[in-house]
Amino acid sequence: MTLVQIDNLSLKYSKRMVLSNVSFEVSSGEIVTIVGPNGSGKTSLLRAIIGALKPSRGRVLLKSDIRFGYVPQKLHIDETLPITVSRFLRLPRNVNGSAIDAALLQAGLPDLAKVQMSHLSGGQFQRVLLARALIDKPDILLLDEATQGLDQRGSASFYKQIEKVRQETGCAVLMISHELHVVMSASDRVICLNGHVCCEGTPAVVASAPEYRALFGADTGGALALYQHHHDHSHDDDHERQYQSETKH
Amino acid sequence: MLDDFLVRANLAGIGVAFAAAPLGCFVVWRRMAYFGDATAHAAILGVALSLAFSLSIFIGTVIVALLMAFTVSLLSDRGYAMDTLLGVLAHSTLAFGLVAVSFLSGIRIDLMAYLFGDILAVSRSDLGVIWIGAGLVVALVAWRWTALLTSTLNEDLAHAGGIDPKREKIVLTCALAITVAVSIKVVGVLLIAAMLIIPAAAARVFSKTPERMVLVAGAIGTLSVLVGLRVAYIIDTPAGPSIVCVAALAFLLSSVTKGLSTKE
Repeated sequence: MTLVQIDNLSLKYSKRMVLSNVSFEVSSGEIVTIVGPNGSGKTSLLRAIIGALKPSRGRVLLKSDIRFGYVPQKLHIDETLPITVSRFLRLPRNVNGSAIDAALLQAGLPDLAKVQMSHLSGGQFQRVLLARALIDKPDILLLDEATQGLDQRGSASFYKQIEKVRQETGCAVLMISHELHVVMSASDRVICLNGHVCCEGTPAVVASAPEYRALFGADTGGALALYQHHHDHSHDDDHERQYQSETKH
Repeated sequence: MLDDFLVRANLAGIGVAFAAAPLGCFVVWRRMAYFGDATAHAAILGVALSLAFSLSIFIGTVIVALLMAFTVSLLSDRGYAMDTLLGVLAHSTLAFGLVAVSFLSGIRIDLMAYLFGDILAVSRSDLGVIWIGAGLVVALVAWRWTALLTSTLNEDLAHAGGIDPKREKIVLTCALAITVAVSIKVVGVLLIAAMLIIPAAAARVFSKTPERMVLVAGAIGTLSVLVGLRVAYIIDTPAGPSIVCVAALAFLLSSVTKGLSTKE
């Protein structure tokens, strides 16, 4: 079943064109990853799906009564706002105590229910955000660089948990990620975005795209070059340079 | 019982403290302190207009406070810096209000009463307006509580949860306008922001959840009213400012408590 269908979506952000003519869809049970350089409109795309940004053209069609599990890229909780982990997990919909205990156990944070959100470490905070997104049994998880601040082990177990959730609940996952080795192994489909959809397909197909190789050439060796892939349009040089400058960080 | 002016004053103050507690917490969490101040200052223009058009003061101030709040929201969306904008609007509406009042030559009004409140002169009908207004604010905030809280935490989380943060902002703005209108008689336009912010800020130290912070703020506000009025009665000081002074002392106490607890 199609959960999210994006039709020729164009977005302007303070007069700058952020996205133009983006179309794709996500069906239930799929794991789709969006990759792309900084400023390529990845976050804007997710925000358009949840309705935080209005399209200037095109549209976003959603399954009726769709439930999102959204993990934002950054969440700053103001110092003046006291809130415990268990209270945070009950927003915006109330859930019972046993659901909270179960969610915290699954997130590997069984003892933190009464701790203030502001006292959590970066990794703990991130896992609480995911637990909150999952607690309401979403149709689709939207993850915006959700493994930021996690070490490799933390990030690996994070993706393992997502895979497990997908198997158990059949929810779809649409995520933005920079960790392409994970993307390769964990996604059903990859969308390469740079203001428009550069290429889309199975990880193998996208991985063979020239700009994609420019980004990951060093650590993927020659293996990905085996895949054949034809672009439907050509790219200018600065596109590639953007990728390269990003890998240097 | 309501025949006693001190009883009426206490009840009026407590009504304001109840409305100010949940709203004050949102003002603190959302860093809207200046916004509350600006809305309150604009209310003096509302007083002038009410007198000029023989409207009830409550209606006039609610309308002007709402206009002010929506103007600020509108202009801030267009990219004006918030603090500059509020600095301009707060004081110019206050100035225009004061000038407008001076035109009302036919009516003798006690300007001081509107600037600093006149809680000891609260009538039975004033008390009715204050408690209806306060009840409305508390009911409004209670009804929208989860949506307001989620929008305050993060607007994108609100969107993803099917909540429109813009609508919740309008709810808060309306609640603020009502609170300002009912508080004028009690603390006056210049001290309304103090009643909003100080009890909430003092409550922060003693709270682990947002709900608890609202309750503690309500308790501190109520206590400030009771003690402040008592002090004003005993040593003959102006009532409204005395209430705010007590609240400020409570804040000082909470800061000291915080300092001690972090040292341990």
